[in-house]
Amino acid sequence: MQWDIVIGLEIHVQLATRTKIFSGSSTAYGAEPNTQANAVDLAMPGTLPVPNEQAFRYAVMFGLAVNAEIERRSVFERKNYFYPDLPKGYQTTQLERPIVGPGYVDLDLANGETKRVRIHHAHLEEDAGKSLHEDFHGMTGIDLNRAGTPLIEVVTEPDMTNAEEAVAFARKLHGIVTSLGICDGDMSQGSMRFDVNISLKPKGSDTLGTRTETKNLNSFRFMEQAIAHEVERQMDILEDGGTIVQETRLYNGDRDESRSMRTKEEANDYRYFPCPDLLPVEIDDAFIDEARNSLPELPDARKARFMEQYGLNDYDAGLLASDSKLAAFFEAAADRGKDAKLASNWVQGEFSARLNAEEKSVADSPISGAQLGDLVVRIADNTISSAGAKKVFEALWSGENDNVDAIIDAKGLKQVSDTGELEKMVDEVLASMPDQVAQYQQESDPKKQKKMLGGFMGPLMKASKGQGNPKLFNEILVKKLGG
Amino acid sequence: MHNKSVAELSRELESGKISSVELTREYLGRLKKEDEQLNSFISITEDQALADAHAADEQRAAGKATPWTGVPFAHKDIFCTNGVATTCGSKMLANFVPPYDATVTENFRKAGAVCLGKTNMDEFAMGSSTESSHFGATTNPWGLSKGEKRVPGGSSGGSAAAVAARLVPAATATDTGGSIRQPAALCGVTGLKPTYGRVSRYGMIAFASSLDQGGAMARSAEDAALMLNVMAGFDPKDSTSIDREVPDYTATLDEPLKGLRIGLPKEYFADNLSAAMEEQVRGAIRDYEKLGATVKDVSLPHANLAIAAYYVIAPAEASANLSRFDGARYGYRCEDPKDLMDMYTRTRAEGFGAEVKRRILVGTYALSAGYFDAYYLKAQKVRRLIQQDFIDAFREVDVLMSPTTPSPAFIQGEKSNDPVTMYLEDVFTVAINLAGIPAMSVPAGFVDGLPVGLQIIGDYFSEARLLNAAHQFQQVTDWHQREPQ
Repeated sequence: MQWDIVIGLEIHVQLATRTKIFSGSSTAYGAEPNTQANAVDLAMPGTLPVPNEQAFRYAVMFGLAVNAEIERRSVFERKNYFYPDLPKGYQTTQLERPIVGPGYVDLDLANGETKRVRIHHAHLEEDAGKSLHEDFHGMTGIDLNRAGTPLIEVVTEPDMTNAEEAVAFARKLHGIVTSLGICDGDMSQGSMRFDVNISLKPKGSDTLGTRTETKNLNSFRFMEQAIAHEVERQMDILEDGGTIVQETRLYNGDRDESRSMRTKEEANDYRYFPCPDLLPVEIDDAFIDEARNSLPELPDARKARFMEQYGLNDYDAGLLASDSKLAAFFEAAADRGKDAKLASNWVQGEFSARLNAEEKSVADSPISGAQLGDLVVRIADNTISSAGAKKVFEALWSGENDNVDAIIDAKGLKQVSDTGELEKMVDEVLASMPDQVAQYQQESDPKKQKKMLGGFMGPLMKASKGQGNPKLFNEILVKKLGG
Repeated sequence: MHNKSVAELSRELESGKISSVELTREYLGRLKKEDEQLNSFISITEDQALADAHAADEQRAAGKATPWTGVPFAHKDIFCTNGVATTCGSKMLANFVPPYDATVTENFRKAGAVCLGKTNMDEFAMGSSTESSHFGATTNPWGLSKGEKRVPGGSSGGSAAAVAARLVPAATATDTGGSIRQPAALCGVTGLKPTYGRVSRYGMIAFASSLDQGGAMARSAEDAALMLNVMAGFDPKDSTSIDREVPDYTATLDEPLKGLRIGLPKEYFADNLSAAMEEQVRGAIRDYEKLGATVKDVSLPHANLAIAAYYVIAPAEASANLSRFDGARYGYRCEDPKDLMDMYTRTRAEGFGAEVKRRILVGTYALSAGYFDAYYLKAQKVRRLIQQDFIDAFREVDVLMSPTTPSPAFIQGEKSNDPVTMYLEDVFTVAINLAGIPAMSVPAGFVDGLPVGLQIIGDYFSEARLLNAAHQFQQVTDWHQREPQ
């Protein structure tokens, strides 16, 4: 049977406020356990929450960026459950009246189509702490540094129909929140976490199938794998005549396995009710206008500008514009010289490959956009060959030297472009290879001739110690062989 | 000295007739001797009190005194006190020493007052008799002479009994459904519950957040005004506290009452009130008429729904507020839990008393899926109606008056096995908390030798007017001067 896949996402976005959503303690990541939790975060008796205005501003900015309605009056609710890393015994969140109402994001698909994914709502809430199950000899340690960190949870409609769309949406959202500066986007530190709701239905059917939720995916790659895995799992069950159980599942990306965390029957009754410690939050037009005026350039606008300003094609512009840090890196590189296309190739090629290989983010890059720009300039003006450029890149990356020209000098990578000198080398090499020269000259097929030229290039590069300009060598060869 | 009011003690200290250290010693001596039969205190902080008294004397000498500098008083054990055990009357917090002060505590500290200790209360403020305290019941000083052990009311029964027995001139208290006014009435003292949001709840251990309100337990309206001067005000640490100017509550005490319009809610003078009680309350109202007030009957049509709404909303909020007592971070933890669930269940089973458990269960039920609309949501709608009743009434009159309780102090144990009868103790007080308006109880007579309270209810932020009305009444009556033998 043919199946339609239905995917909806819930995305936790950690807001980059300096302090927590209801207390004055710091949100900085990586401190010693429990050093960034005060009496309020520890839920000491009698302590009370005081809302952080910046969290509201960020939520409003997000809402505006995804074309959403901003609710003028939002209400915090208590979601009650017991867990050691939830100090109050309830999470303060929004249910009935979230701050961000319905909105949407448009995705540019690989096939050139545009796909609209609707956002159901986004609400503000506080994060829980962390349970540490290692190092405590059968006990559990609690770190409440993260408790009270502000989040927005973005809930989409089930508008995505395959893993590619879901990942494209996730990337787009990542680009939006990082461009807004409301989230650092660092998924390895849990700054963005994805829950994926998946169901299958017979192709063309209007009735939704039973869905499962796969929780806490913290990379685009795991998300893609988890979706593929879950779709396959559900399809196998359905095709064997089984039924899908509504449940929450956990995916292990390292093993490509998933397991049930709890079924619908085991789910908590969260007993939501409006938090009596917090008054409803009224947001006025002035606050919204202020947030609107503070909106930076967003990925879609940036993409259009990259096409216009740098002459990039749709694909390259879209990719570079999607991530604000990558975009800034590219702009710094492109702004050093004129060849933006070459800069784009290097940013997307060598640079991105290297980041991926070392699991680094743009922010951790040892080289700057300007340095890469300097390198691109020297490729464009024929000072170095692409092989030489790779050596320069390597030296920059390893921190051997931070100046491109100094590296070229030190490593002797400058190309020889003096035609007189190059002609001399060609003459010498041709003289040493009479058989090949004769073969070339007897060949009537220009295509085969072109191939045969390669046979001379090796010895020529060797003769020039790799510094001859290959393009010039080629021109001289053709001329000389053609007699 | 122990018969003097806060205002009088303040003057004595100012004149230099006595030092705060001397005064504090005298009160501590009396407290240690007399409290054995009352059990109105959970802890007595002698060393801290003497140190504070010493500092207060230095403050006075340096000419930097407030009316409270060096005046002894006590805190209900629901207010967190930095470095001093704060138990909330529960085994759950028997070992809890907060590293911070409640805003109310801090305000009194800054004003130079000398806290002698922490007063007894119903566990987590749940009760109307101070019998549910983990530290034993408090006994009402009235009736002791006849050998009767009567309740002081609750949950601020420790504060009320201590003030009535002249162990302290005043004490802080809190009121969620009547927990200041009812014990004030049963002990023959003056109690004030301010407008919701007038006094910060920061550091006041929560029972039902939307109803809890800190206030004053004192010998007179004048002393209550002096207390409110210290307690009231906006607190950036409590986002439900209200940013509104605080008047000097003593400044308007002497204004004449001529023309004051008093409303008598007919629902509060109904058949559950004994003839003897009604007679005392009506007598007090006649005193008001002599002072120039006019009286008319008014109606609070939804008054009969208040208890039901209250006993849904308060437990619902309490069920969430008390979730934090899980044994994970502070307070009681059961011995050798075998796993997480065992730690939770045994900690809470062993740490909480019966009344607290009852309310947590009621609240959990009222919020649970399938019952939320029928109970919690319905109760909130009723709350709106009750609020509107008061708004309508205050279009016609300036204050409302009623009995504070349906009957005088009852014998210990009499109602403790019958929660519903106990809940009816608050029949005249809970609606005020649901509406969030201020109210007082002032001594207004005796039935069978036991004090009777008159409840004076005002519109939002009308504390000054209530205190003025109570003070004027206390200028022409001496009920508040009577002492238990």
